[in-house]
Amino acid sequence: MAELDTSGGGKKGGKVRSKKASTRVDLTAMVDLAFLLITFFIMTTTLSKPKAMDVTMPRKDENQKDQLPVAASRSMTILLGSNNKVEWFIGEPGKSAPETINYGKDGLRKTLIEKGKEIQASTGKYMVVLIKPSDKSNYKNLVDALDEMAITKIESFAIVDILPAEVELLKRDGNY
Amino acid sequence: MPRVKVARKSTAIDMTAMCDVAFLLLTFFILTAKPRTEDPVPIDVPASTAEIPLPEENVLLLTVGQGKVFYTVEGTDIRKQTLEQMGEKYNIKFTPEQKQVFSGVPVLGVPMNQLQAFLNLDVDKRKAYKQPGIPNDTTANNELADWIRESRKAVASLHNKPLRISVKGDNKEEYPTIKKIIGIFQRQRIDKFSFITAVKNEPKK
Repeated sequence: MAELDTSGGGKKGGKVRSKKASTRVDLTAMVDLAFLLITFFIMTTTLSKPKAMDVTMPRKDENQKDQLPVAASRSMTILLGSNNKVEWFIGEPGKSAPETINYGKDGLRKTLIEKGKEIQASTGKYMVVLIKPSDKSNYKNLVDALDEMAITKIESFAIVDILPAEVELLKRDGNY
Repeated sequence: MPRVKVARKSTAIDMTAMCDVAFLLLTFFILTAKPRTEDPVPIDVPASTAEIPLPEENVLLLTVGQGKVFYTVEGTDIRKQTLEQMGEKYNIKFTPEQKQVFSGVPVLGVPMNQLQAFLNLDVDKRKAYKQPGIPNDTTANNELADWIRESRKAVASLHNKPLRISVKGDNKEEYPTIKKIIGIFQRQRIDKFSFITAVKNEPKK
């Protein structure tokens, strides 16, 4: 946006005057650049803020005195297998047939909501979920499972080591 | 009828004030921006619906990828203090230059016996050096556990605040590595820690 030089060509002859240059600088390009940089810095600072998912583990104590036994009828076990598969069952391993499902809205979340309601209705108490990641599962599976707990608002859950009997279950169903 | 002449105005607008504002904002954003720390191994963070941002200070970050564990703690004073304590524990005398270098190293993944050699490298060489990760196993006294313990002590003495422990893991990281780290936390009675996740836009039920 250059301004037109409207000062005229000047008169021929007469005194030679030094031309007065305008003190105004065109700042448009500078403003453009500044806003471009602002946009860049906004994007890189606020959009890349990492989020933290809090995990609380039960305290591991050698003398386990103050642990309350949970009725098998209201404990749900989730086994995290390989290839993004989950197996779940209610109660003790081997007593009820485990079911293989996927992560996500129609898999794990639906099951958790349904079973949570069922257990609430039949026993009158909340459901306890045990998350047991197998050695073949990956970190994403664990985060997904914990995230589902947050989404379905299950308050009582724990990450527990998997038992050999449960590994056998996973192996049998081809998820290990 | 004579035509009414519209006075021609200049199309140039005075940009000075706009320029001032733009640069003021730019200065603010540059000053508040934190340089992004480069991950030593490619890390693809899983997404979750967690919305709590990670605090800026008193944070210990363990980066986990490809079976290796890397250690980061915020604050140069805490880093220096931690290195001194680790030196005492492992009977390594660090020179002031090495301490200075260490306080500027964002991510550490070198075993204690190679640490001095690592700190003596040039800046460019140190960046190119493939860090092997901090040794960790299931015993009670491995190097990673010591780093965590000494950092907690340093933060407690310098800032008088508890240290927040967080884990940044790769999507494909196998569970045994995570299990080992959780085991280390549990042995030190760290019951509360956080997993760092990206933002996932979950449709509301």
